[in-house]
Amino acid sequence: MSVVETNGKQTVLDGMVAIEMLDKYELIVIGGGPAGLSAALSAREHGLKRILIVERDVDLGGILNQCIHNGFGLHYFGEELTGPEYAAKFVDRLEGQSIDVLCDAMVLEIIPGEDGHVLRLMSMEAGYCTVRSRAIVLAMGCRERTRGAIQIPGTRAAGIFTAGTAQRYVNIEGYMVGRRVIILGSGDIGLIMARRMVLEGAKVLACVEIMPYPGGLARNIVQCLQDFDVPLYLSHTITKIEGKERVEKVTVQEVNDRFEPIEGTEKVFDVDTVLLSVGLIPENELSHVAGVEMDAKTSGPIVFENGETSIPGIFACGNVLHVHDLVDFVTTESEGAGRAAAEYVLRQEDTTHVRMCENESYISLVIDESVAYTVPQRIRVLRIDDGVRVFFRVKAPHKTPKRIVFRDGERIVASFRRPYMTPGEMEHVTLQRAELDNVSGNELLISVEEIR
Amino acid sequence: MFDVAIIGAGVVGCAVAYELSQYELRVALIEKENDVAMGASRANTAIIHGGYDPEPHTMMGKLNVEGMHRCFELCEELDVEHKKTGSWVVAFDEEQRVTLQMLLVQGIANGCEGLDILEGDVVRLQEPNLSDEIVAALWVPESGVLNPWEFALAMAEVAVRNGVIFMPNTDVRDLSWREDHYEMGARVVCSGDETTIRARHVINAAGVESDRIHNMVAPPAFEIVPTRGEYYILDGTAAGHVVRSVVFPCPTRAGKGVTISPTIHGDYLVGPNAEVIDDRTDTSVTRSALLDIADKARRVVPDLDLRTSIRNFAGVRSNSTYGDFFIEKSATNFIDLAAIKSPGLTCAPAIARVARKMLCEEGIPMERRVLWRGGRRVIRFKEIPEEERAAFVRAHPLYGRVICRCETITEGEIVAAMKREIPPVSIDGVKRRAGTGMGRCQGGFCGPRVLEIIARESGRDPLCIEEDGCGSFMLIGETKDPTCREI
Repeated sequence: MSVVETNGKQTVLDGMVAIEMLDKYELIVIGGGPAGLSAALSAREHGLKRILIVERDVDLGGILNQCIHNGFGLHYFGEELTGPEYAAKFVDRLEGQSIDVLCDAMVLEIIPGEDGHVLRLMSMEAGYCTVRSRAIVLAMGCRERTRGAIQIPGTRAAGIFTAGTAQRYVNIEGYMVGRRVIILGSGDIGLIMARRMVLEGAKVLACVEIMPYPGGLARNIVQCLQDFDVPLYLSHTITKIEGKERVEKVTVQEVNDRFEPIEGTEKVFDVDTVLLSVGLIPENELSHVAGVEMDAKTSGPIVFENGETSIPGIFACGNVLHVHDLVDFVTTESEGAGRAAAEYVLRQEDTTHVRMCENESYISLVIDESVAYTVPQRIRVLRIDDGVRVFFRVKAPHKTPKRIVFRDGERIVASFRRPYMTPGEMEHVTLQRAELDNVSGNELLISVEEIR
Repeated sequence: MFDVAIIGAGVVGCAVAYELSQYELRVALIEKENDVAMGASRANTAIIHGGYDPEPHTMMGKLNVEGMHRCFELCEELDVEHKKTGSWVVAFDEEQRVTLQMLLVQGIANGCEGLDILEGDVVRLQEPNLSDEIVAALWVPESGVLNPWEFALAMAEVAVRNGVIFMPNTDVRDLSWREDHYEMGARVVCSGDETTIRARHVINAAGVESDRIHNMVAPPAFEIVPTRGEYYILDGTAAGHVVRSVVFPCPTRAGKGVTISPTIHGDYLVGPNAEVIDDRTDTSVTRSALLDIADKARRVVPDLDLRTSIRNFAGVRSNSTYGDFFIEKSATNFIDLAAIKSPGLTCAPAIARVARKMLCEEGIPMERRVLWRGGRRVIRFKEIPEEERAAFVRAHPLYGRVICRCETITEGEIVAAMKREIPPVSIDGVKRRAGTGMGRCQGGFCGPRVLEIIARESGRDPLCIEEDGCGSFMLIGETKDPTCREI
């Protein structure tokens, strides 16, 4: 027996029938969070009829389901929503769209092929199946960096959680993870959890950030730390965790500009809980195995202007591509990828077009040391209608106005002014088709410069 | 009244329990922690040593090669994850090349087979990531890696299946001889209750506490010198190919040095250092040791990317003033299997056989258990061949739900672990049996679901479930419970 959830209602199918039916998909979207939902809906809107969303959790919505705070949707919907409300808007839109949904299911492998891509997926209901799809959208999201990744010295006591795991325990499972809390890292989830723990009655003694500037959004520093009197220690880190069974004590030290602890600056906090908010990593194990070309700077796939990866017909969007600060941008990016996937499938019938695309030239976006990364990394100019949106992050904070310059050799192709920039806030600019048409080489260099 | 009480359920205690379970004896396996293999047996380099390193006249030298062969056999019999990778000892200069020669001669004396010294360039054909400065290396084909806690657990599970009584959370406080038996006063950890255990024979396999147990019945003969070793685990997917075989530097007086080895889970283990500490339970990691290990490891593999680290841990080894395994009959009906340091994991099965012979000499009747049930099979979804998976999942739907996405561990594997002879009581107990939380996210995603499954399968309150040892609770209460409020 196999159960495929369609429009929120479960359709029970015979196992064999289900697999045959699964074989007919034009698009399979891996991940039912904000990225996957938007991509699927957009692909449907642009003409695809047979779409499947595979979600590993029991419900659609992804990590938004545990983000019960507000602040979502200001850009996309022009209103303040909570995470579950934002997700629900998209889940509701699935109604009547005949998009199939398989929850509590894992995609184990993607095997790319010229005649469609093969996926191996599994769930208790559907069993272990091999399915084929013309196109794939990768929308698996990201995961949190852990203690082992940053080598915090000390014991292995209980009470050390990543902020997101703690958020799940508190907001979904309904359990408190601690009474006296210290937060390492000032990423957005850590800031949100600082406020959440205070609201649930815990004491948050400090938020400690190794960099000289905060990692999260300015609004979260104000609304989650300052408003709740949680001190933020910049250029500080945890240098020792003590406690046998459960965390008992944490030592915090100031660091020098090589991030080494400075002797004599020790502060000891009596806490039973350490929450880590030390970065997010796109979750690309499936992409690696599929052989998608990766960008070491984003830890995500290298993509073209429409979200297509180095493997034709495989697209990527959302946090699997690069870590976003705002879900609104995930949505717009994913709508683009969904539309591109639809165009890819619909143009497949047009074989002359496919041949034309094979040797299509592109411009590579390259960065200097002032920029952390860009997405997309490659632009096929002929595929652009009016303009293309380029997302990027700066390497270090700029408190005075600067300009972002795109250079074709010596010549400036485009330049944009920004009053203020920080690595914690993703930036974007739009390059016009006309500007790109004038590029003579196959590289555009992006840099942050003083305004002259 | 037990015929034999084994104090300590580390790999040595478990190996003895396994050995004795084959005879008609009443055996107790007493452990102060809440699971088997909670000390050095779970925090070590996870290597089946070839046997070239210990000097031939020592117990270590006498038992290593036999232990190595027996380890590989047991891993096969008990379905313990292992791999015969072979190992290298690398030399950076001519002086170290002389050491390799010495190790080769010593290895042959200990019974090693297939040893060979190869030139640096030849070694690099096999292990291209090794440093250009390496001039030669000793090749040890009969060696490998294993899952050390599963090894101890597998032996203990078979022992329990055949009548051995496993007594976790039982801390032996005093031991005295009463005419024809020992009386042990023990404290039940967590509850604090006192209990008395009686046994005609006692085996001391208490690892880092083995001198304290010894001193309860005999004059001091050795002293444990607790020696901490710290490690990195590197994510195999992110680190790319590092080494195929275990790579040791040339050994020194301080130990075998910082080793780089593949793990059976496809990751890499880097470490340990060796630091003498006072607190025998202190398994903290330190900044200075990790930096030191990183430097030493990069000397062997210059491009080693330690940013791919997913976990650090430390183990406290039972080095001692005696300098060798202390395997002696130290009092009436009391056998020390004490000060078992490296290569103790490899030697454990051979030590167990020695213990059995010593018990025989003490006059204990050794009659083969007629209905002994050996062997062990574990279903690991990842190992099921592609063409059989669909049918298997149809027949066993719980294996169709992935709980640990980094390591692809299914609910079926966790539930099966919960139903074995020694069920896990903690999240790390499940980790040691099923492999959940071993990967990149370190249990960030699967932790809450594993906790839920433990609670469901064992009928316990989720609030009582520990991360690891007794008292290491994950949760403090339900939200909105006023007793959880700090402000």
